[in-house]
Amino acid sequence: MQNSFFNRGFQRKRPASQHVLPPGQYETQDFPVLSAGPTPRIGTTKWALGLDGLVTNPQQWSWAEFNALPQQEFTVDIHCVTQWSKFGTQWRGVSLDTLLALAGPTPEARYVMAHCYGGYTTNLPLADLLGGKAFIGLQYDGQPLAPDHGGPARLVVPHLYFWKSAKWVQRLELRAEDAPGFWERAGYSMYGDPWKEQRYLDDDEDLAAGTR
Amino acid sequence: MSRLEWQVATVEAVVPETPRVKTFVLRLPRWQPHRAGQHYTLRLTAPDGYQAQRSYSVASPPEQTGQIALTVELIEEGEVSGYLFEGVEPGDQLEVRGPIGGYFVWEATPQAGPLLLVAGGAGVVPLMAMLRHRQHAGVHNPTVLLYSVRAPEDVIYHRELLAMAATDATFTLLLTYTRHAPAGWTGYQRRPDAAMLAEAARRLPAPPDCFICGPTGLVEATASYLAAQGISSEAIRTERFGPGS
Repeated sequence: MQNSFFNRGFQRKRPASQHVLPPGQYETQDFPVLSAGPTPRIGTTKWALGLDGLVTNPQQWSWAEFNALPQQEFTVDIHCVTQWSKFGTQWRGVSLDTLLALAGPTPEARYVMAHCYGGYTTNLPLADLLGGKAFIGLQYDGQPLAPDHGGPARLVVPHLYFWKSAKWVQRLELRAEDAPGFWERAGYSMYGDPWKEQRYLDDDEDLAAGTR
Repeated sequence: MSRLEWQVATVEAVVPETPRVKTFVLRLPRWQPHRAGQHYTLRLTAPDGYQAQRSYSVASPPEQTGQIALTVELIEEGEVSGYLFEGVEPGDQLEVRGPIGGYFVWEATPQAGPLLLVAGGAGVVPLMAMLRHRQHAGVHNPTVLLYSVRAPEDVIYHRELLAMAATDATFTLLLTYTRHAPAGWTGYQRRPDAAMLAEAARRLPAPPDCFICGPTGLVEATASYLAAQGISSEAIRTERFGPGS
């Protein structure tokens, strides 16, 4: 919704980004850390990742098993709901297509709840994890993923706001129905498309009602 | 929750807090009570349509009806904070949207347990909203604020915090100066460490609810120290200022 309001004397000060920014975002070269509580420290000897719920072959990988899966390089742009965007981030990890092919979603499976070490959760449509759009990141910028950025392994779903890219991921549960995760229960969007500036539940309602 | 719509607020006052920090008191046409710890998003629009948004914690308590106070630190090269510092005076209008955030919040209830607040620099802002809310509500749960600053001139809300500590026996203010302490200072002069956090927690009669806000380094370290002391991670809530904003 555009209006005629403007702030006298305000002008762009940051150099215009050479990238196309989603609405309301600015570019940063740093990699800010955001999380709701203490950083869980998960040793790789204790780490495991599960993929279960509405699947025909529930999976549970140890660190060694997971690292033996085929890995790929990903260069992606990330957009945080706190208004920063970072372009061209380089990751190495395992595609969700690989993992979901092993587990075999049932026809009823339409949503995923990501459960994390430390108790964080977030919800996503299953379709958003398929088709090369999502991966479990194990390395960032050529280094093992640091704990404060979600290491040893985090979900990365770069086309949605970055809170959907759950840090310290422990289990992906396939479900028939959508349900809110941690930030979603606190009023954040169920989907989080940065290009539609879908930050809060209100934005979901506005988009559904066609009022924006 | 109520709808979050952009509204045009009017600046009622601009209060210098430190050389690099100012508080902007805004009157909102559609004010609604916030929860202590929540933030608003502020949006600036240039005549050519260019927009920039930043989020700022509310410093005022929900009892201060019709207004919000946003305390803003001047960020080097900060597009939004720079404009607010240079250009904004009482009577000016600013677009805001909020209140936002349902997790880093504290309610002053008669049942409220011990509270440990840890701030680094401008991270004190949402914690100040909690302290003011607590004061307005007349709640006397044992409360400690451990506040880390570089130098004496960096202490935001200094007089108010000293007055609060002087008049409320259930509130303890612990300052630590990491670079320069005032003359004659006998308190802490180092970054918060495990021993300092343990001393802060020992001033409280039971394991506290913890709220930590500040730069990433301080928040990461402090949350780890508190977790290592056996405080459950559900009782430790954090909010960080990443660089680059």
